[in-house]
Amino acid sequence: MAERLIDINNLKTSFRIGDDYYAAVDGVSLSLNKNEVLAIVGESGCGKSALAFSIMGLHNRAKIEGEILYRDHNLVDVSESTWSKLRGKNLGMIFQDPLTALNPLMTVGAQISEALFLHNRKLSSEERKAKVIELIEKVGIPRPEHVYTQYPHELSGGMRQRVVIAIAIANDPEVLIADEPTTALDATIQSQILDLIRELKETMSAGIVLITHDLGVVAEMADRVAVMYAGQIVEIVDVNRLFESPLHPYTRSLLNSIPNAEKGQEKLHVIQGIVPALQNLPREGCRFKERIPWIDESAHEENPELHEVTPGHFVRCTCYKQFHFPNEVKEDQVHANS
Amino acid sequence: MPILKVEDLKVHFPIKGGIFGRTVDHVKAVDGVSLEIEKGTTYGLVGESGSGKTTTGRAIIGLNKITSGKVSFEGKDVTNLRRSRASFHRDVQMIFQDPYSSLNPKKRVLDIVAEPLRNFEKMSRSEEKKRVEELLELVGLSPESIVKYPHQFSGGQRQRIGIARAIALKPKLIIADEPVSALDVSVQAQVLNFMQEIQKELDLTFLFISHDLGVIRHMCNQIGIMYRGRFVEEGLTEDIFNNPQHIYTKRLVAAIPNIDPGKREDSLQFRQEVDNEYKESYDNYFDEEGLAYKLQPVTDTHFVALPEKG
Repeated sequence: MAERLIDINNLKTSFRIGDDYYAAVDGVSLSLNKNEVLAIVGESGCGKSALAFSIMGLHNRAKIEGEILYRDHNLVDVSESTWSKLRGKNLGMIFQDPLTALNPLMTVGAQISEALFLHNRKLSSEERKAKVIELIEKVGIPRPEHVYTQYPHELSGGMRQRVVIAIAIANDPEVLIADEPTTALDATIQSQILDLIRELKETMSAGIVLITHDLGVVAEMADRVAVMYAGQIVEIVDVNRLFESPLHPYTRSLLNSIPNAEKGQEKLHVIQGIVPALQNLPREGCRFKERIPWIDESAHEENPELHEVTPGHFVRCTCYKQFHFPNEVKEDQVHANS
Repeated sequence: MPILKVEDLKVHFPIKGGIFGRTVDHVKAVDGVSLEIEKGTTYGLVGESGSGKTTTGRAIIGLNKITSGKVSFEGKDVTNLRRSRASFHRDVQMIFQDPYSSLNPKKRVLDIVAEPLRNFEKMSRSEEKKRVEELLELVGLSPESIVKYPHQFSGGQRQRIGIARAIALKPKLIIADEPVSALDVSVQAQVLNFMQEIQKELDLTFLFISHDLGVIRHMCNQIGIMYRGRFVEEGLTEDIFNNPQHIYTKRLVAAIPNIDPGKREDSLQFRQEVDNEYKESYDNYFDEEGLAYKLQPVTDTHFVALPEKG
């Protein structure tokens, strides 16, 4: 049995719009194991980043309900002083945009040593500097002594992201949250950063939550995948089965909408309609119903839940059983007609 | 005859320095690019940030001043045309990357889409409104949208408003600068499908600028790969993807995430091989300044930047 690091139970993160609170993360239950990369995929507005920020306690105006269990803490309601001990030490975060994540007025060396200093006051300044240089080297930056004295603007985007990673792993965190770590980067740099994260995972034995919208990144990195739509998880499964036998209509639609040379399809699949705004989300019934209107109403559950279809493969709602794309006929219907 | 012909295009930006603000040096954003696009096809311009692909597109349409070189459209020289009402400006339109900043938030959709019509065609208000409604219908938006403002639309819908504006004057060539980079995959699919549809319908030619090789492969007949202002390789889509010759192209192709998690180890190994090859043979592919050589033909359709033999 894999060792659990984090257990999320029925997490609900709501934001205030006007006079009411609306849940952007709506009843998410999830666990993160040691030594695994758990990818959370979804399109903009599905709540994936709100989930990541909830785990790190970075929301300051949101209403958060439910549990995030880490060791003997419930991260939803630990005090700010406990947080400052945990954040950056036990839980590290890699942000999307390295330019805004770094302080432009501090040298790279100073920013990494700050992360070390806050959680370990025992190191002498020489020891700390040695450790920082070791970290810079570890994330694959050439000439670490030189880079130690440089400012973020003197580095390229890829190198900056490596610095952000160095800060995140400075204190050997058990849990690493990477929020779209390569979205702001060029393709060749993206593959380098992903290779680096994978390498670090081997040496650190941490659990990594990887937030991304890119199914290519998921295929390259993840062990397990949670697909999010409109604040809920619609499918959880290991990465191989996600690509071989996806079940939920949303997952299947997403996979069909990426250009894939091997399939050689003329037309890409388009998901009908749009993601409803947070205030207008249907809170009852299957949230994906509106996007697949050709599927019979009776296919959906009244209160869609995650069902374990095969061991370790969870799908929300029952509509996946009858789902087909508009241009294909479901097999059993063919049999029924003949 | 190609609809668009670009010969040895150079766009250099001055770097000002010193107390008198004299020009001390130049950034060679585009440094000798030549390409030809046949009518009704899609030409993909690929490169990483800073490679000069956007500047190339903007220089062709006249948004950046051309330092030297020649741009011909339908056989006519259109290099550095003054802002005149020349037919070139009707026939060539642009779709921009970010649908959030390329539409004026204070204007109604009617005014946004009608702007090119007002510039080039004399239409009465009612004709104009009718035409805009037709255009919106063509891009799949309801005619009632004309009184709405950009913020009332989703990203994909906004991009389609941008497209409606671009096709308002029935152009012949559209320069699409990263038209789907800011969009989610499902919305991206919608815009790409739609671009292919209007291409067939209106016999359009696209210059498609993107950093995303998956999208480029899906959309384009011909591809040019840029690195630091120059082409490193040019060819048909099959040439580039099935038989990449330049080490930089190989690196780009190797960096595309493999959608099959079962092949993770293979693709990692492939990437490392290409990376080693890149390090070892860097000098064979780039000159002393780290720039690409001139293109040499490999086949009739496939060109690679290699040092001249002999």
